[in-house]
Amino acid sequence: MKIAIPADEKILSSDVCMSFGRAPYFYIYETMTKMGDFIENEAASSPGGAGVKAAQIVVDQHADILITPRCGENAAEVFKATPLQIYKSKNGSIADNLDAYLNDKLSQLENFHAGFHGVAGN
Amino acid sequence: MKQLLILSGKGGTGKTTLASAFIKLAQAQAYADCDVDAPNLHLVLEESVKPKKKDFYGMPKAEINLLLCAKCDRCREHCRFDAISIKDDVYQIDPFACEGCGVCEAVCPVRAIALKPDIAGELMLYDNHDTVFSTAQLKMGSGTSGMLVTEVKKAMKSVDVGAELAIIDGSPGIGCPVIASISGVDLVLIVAEPSVSGISDLERIIKTAQVFHTKTVVCVNKYDTNLKNTEKIIDYCKRQGIPFMGKVPYDEKAVKAINDGVTIVDIYCDAGYAAQEVFNQAMKELNF
Amino acid sequence: MKLAVLSGKGGTGKTLVSVNLAAVAKNSIYVDCDVEEPNGHLFFKPVGIKNETVAIKIPIVDAALCLGCRKCVDFCKFNALAAIVNKLIVFDDICHSCGGCIMLCPNNALTEKDKVIGEINTGISEEVKVISGILNTGEASGIPIIKEVLNKIAAEEKLILIDCPPGSACIVMESIKDADYCILVAEPTVFGLHNLKMAYELVGLFNKPHGVVINKTLANSHLIEDFCDENKIKILSKIPYDSELGTLNSNGEIAARKSAVYKELFSSLLQTVVKEVEHETVTHS
Repeated sequence: MKIAIPADEKILSSDVCMSFGRAPYFYIYETMTKMGDFIENEAASSPGGAGVKAAQIVVDQHADILITPRCGENAAEVFKATPLQIYKSKNGSIADNLDAYLNDKLSQLENFHAGFHGVAGN
Repeated sequence: MKQLLILSGKGGTGKTTLASAFIKLAQAQAYADCDVDAPNLHLVLEESVKPKKKDFYGMPKAEINLLLCAKCDRCREHCRFDAISIKDDVYQIDPFACEGCGVCEAVCPVRAIALKPDIAGELMLYDNHDTVFSTAQLKMGSGTSGMLVTEVKKAMKSVDVGAELAIIDGSPGIGCPVIASISGVDLVLIVAEPSVSGISDLERIIKTAQVFHTKTVVCVNKYDTNLKNTEKIIDYCKRQGIPFMGKVPYDEKAVKAINDGVTIVDIYCDAGYAAQEVFNQAMKELNF
Repeated sequence: MKLAVLSGKGGTGKTLVSVNLAAVAKNSIYVDCDVEEPNGHLFFKPVGIKNETVAIKIPIVDAALCLGCRKCVDFCKFNALAAIVNKLIVFDDICHSCGGCIMLCPNNALTEKDKVIGEINTGISEEVKVISGILNTGEASGIPIIKEVLNKIAAEEKLILIDCPPGSACIVMESIKDADYCILVAEPTVFGLHNLKMAYELVGLFNKPHGVVINKTLANSHLIEDFCDENKIKILSKIPYDSELGTLNSNGEIAARKSAVYKELFSSLLQTVVKEVEHETVTHS
């Protein structure tokens, strides 16, 4: 099973990024092999629609679980079409949150905020 | 660090006047101006250091290479934004109308058109070690940008001055820059004006803040310009269960203070005293 | 004759000036292009309202035809499309209606449908025709509505007052494009001056003849006058700070219809502007 977490920096002690769509990196962890990797989030620099693109990236990584503090309506709409489940992160590092999830200590994210509609341009 | 965001449905309600007063009263170490369309906060807060400047890139814009252009007219036909025109038999792109969609680039048979990065504004960060002030200015003709607002807030947080409280002057309107302003803050203070349009704007902005489940409080500025409407706003807040922080009178001395480049709490005036009261109430809401 | 009223920022009295000018002109048209916060109708309270919707084109997918090639997803600069488990999702509120995805789809799986983003209300208030563009909340751009509104009045011979959106973004540019003259409204504060400079830069960019109305003048502040002197900008009128005007305005009343003093003030402002425009036409032809 694969777990995705938005990250501020490319280290496990990094905080979970407060923004899903504009996180600089995603940490992708595979529970079978217990191995993880950081990937760049190309959506971070998108003037608009970052949430949709970031969601596309996470889905393309075949993630089953996403751990994030917040998630926009648009990204949630993308995830709804997949079996992926979203859990709400708690304060602490990526490693802390991964542990917390694996020990059943995180709950599912229920609130989705409105997006930054059509950000750049006009 | 707790973040207080000051908002108003539209410009001209005295949002920046109050924000600058709060920054003085709180001796805030971190503050930001997210009104990137028409930033005004820097006009009342004197900074002793020069800002660090950084270009902000918005959507890329199309550029046409006339040496390659075959004048086939396909780009002009396909542009939905009327951004391409012919003048004296030469194709040109109106950068203000171009939205950077890339359709012209895709239809051009001779690759004469390419999307090029476009500077949409400038970020400015004043960092003098114990305080940090982040602001930005959009370029003429560039649209309001939620992303620039996000960048301004990010820049403010990038300098660790050990601040317990950050005060943010928000964007007017109800659109995406406002949404970008609200995200992540602990308290939203709405500065309302007691006019028919002020009330309709207030209702729209409260709806926006509620979507984010962000704690929202209200104060009225220039309350004595229309006492009846002030009462209406207070009633409205009561009915909606929104804490009311107080009311600030219209005060010619306040206008003079701003024109002299100082805040309303730097001089003795009624507006200043009232602002102090609103500030104290807001701090209680933030548990300071 | 088309007169655009603008200011670098909201709340300076843009609507006050345009509404009252239209009211004293009689037989005129008031056009509200401040589509995000259209307030002019709160003053005019027009009757006999005709309402029409404004729609933009957005893509719609025929799932049976979609090959899952992702050409559209890769092309869209706005990230308005996502391809998930071989299903294409379109995000209407992010889409800018550029038509690129439809053009590129190799299997004609994408077509267009109308999406309503706002409306235009036309009504009558005494002898003034009131046209308001209104953008629905949550929509990205009001420009299609402004274009539609301006199309409606393009051939009109009457005197037209255009109440522009605040700021200096492209949406304002769209509003002043066809104007014969621009009235810049400014308050005599450092904020007001800063905002006026932006509006001034904007009208300069379009080479539009222009003049300034100072709102809420103060005895001891010459900020705006000094700036206008320096740049040789005509000051068209000064509206003093007055609690009677403030009360009328904040209650949604039109001052020029309620008070003889303001009827006189705005009539004289209108005359000044009309003279300016005629003068411009003479010198430029």
